[in-house]
Amino acid sequence: MANWNMLTLVGEDRPGIVARVTEALYRAGWNLGEASMMRLGGNFTIMLMVSGEATRSDLEEVVQPVAQSLGLQLHVDSIEGGLHRHMVPNIQVRVSGADRAGIVAKVTGALASTGFNILELESDVAGSAQQPVYIMCIQGYAETTVEALEEAVGSIGEEGVQVSVSPIETLIG
Amino acid sequence: MALLEILTVPDPRLKDASVAVERFDQELRSFIADLEETRQAGPGAVGIAAPQVGRFQRIAIVDVSKTRKPVANHGHLVLVNPEITHWDGFELGREGCLSVPHYTGNVIRAERIRLRAQDAQGEVREFEMEGFEARAVQHEVDHLDGLLFIDRVVSRRTDLFQRKVYQKGGGGKG
Ligand SMILES: [Zn+2]
Repeated sequence: MANWNMLTLVGEDRPGIVARVTEALYRAGWNLGEASMMRLGGNFTIMLMVSGEATRSDLEEVVQPVAQSLGLQLHVDSIEGGLHRHMVPNIQVRVSGADRAGIVAKVTGALASTGFNILELESDVAGSAQQPVYIMCIQGYAETTVEALEEAVGSIGEEGVQVSVSPIETLIG
Repeated sequence: MALLEILTVPDPRLKDASVAVERFDQELRSFIADLEETRQAGPGAVGIAAPQVGRFQRIAIVDVSKTRKPVANHGHLVLVNPEITHWDGFELGREGCLSVPHYTGNVIRAERIRLRAQDAQGEVREFEMEGFEARAVQHEVDHLDGLLFIDRVVSRRTDLFQRKVYQKGGGGKG
């Protein structure tokens, strides 16, 4: 049974990073699992599940030279877990409005108190530098009702901040 | 009545296009009953298409009348030789498939459609549909054309407004 590792790379973005890294992994006999790459603040970031028969330090030896030549910081953890462990989100929460300190902590705290499990979170700042507009989109799984979640986030009541809760109906067919 | 075996990826037969039904007989209706039983056995499936069980004829079942939050619907529908005649609007929504275990993804579909189909007796019926029901029909008609939702998956960050044309055949490079 192959071991899974979580490989994280962060650094200045430029074209061709994913190609260089995955080419090195492929040549050394490593397999890829789930991955998520994003540009955050102009930085390249990727988290990549990698499996193989060799050890974690072997993996580091394969990737480190590539990372160094691209000016990326590398981090590797051996992890428990594997593929096919997805949870399907059934609730979407959108937050938007004035960029208020602590709003993420308040919203996610209110959701957590209902047992809500965050599966995906994206946030960004739109608008202008003078008038920033904070936007956050959360997808997650809740056992409880939309109404109960609305009540939980409704008490936040920050001026100029809207929080909306809606169900996600995943179509299976 | 019998539970039918569902083809799953990477079975190449899921890419085959299905042919029109010509005979509306007892055999057809008995197959439709089996297909319905198979749909109901699939956890939470609101639709199923004949090619998913290895019968390459243009037959599908859609029923979105039992969603957690009620949506506009026409009840339980047996769709034989369905044809979407009109598409309107775009909507991003999450889909999964009995033929693609362990994966869900976001797909752009038309928001409203017009549909012409025959029922199990061969009677022609026409529908105007929207939202979740329209999505389910588009998913099933894709199966009849040998297309899977994974051929149409887009990133969550996809900007709907950049896409001007709903493309038959996947891709959606608007
Ligand atoms: Zn399907």
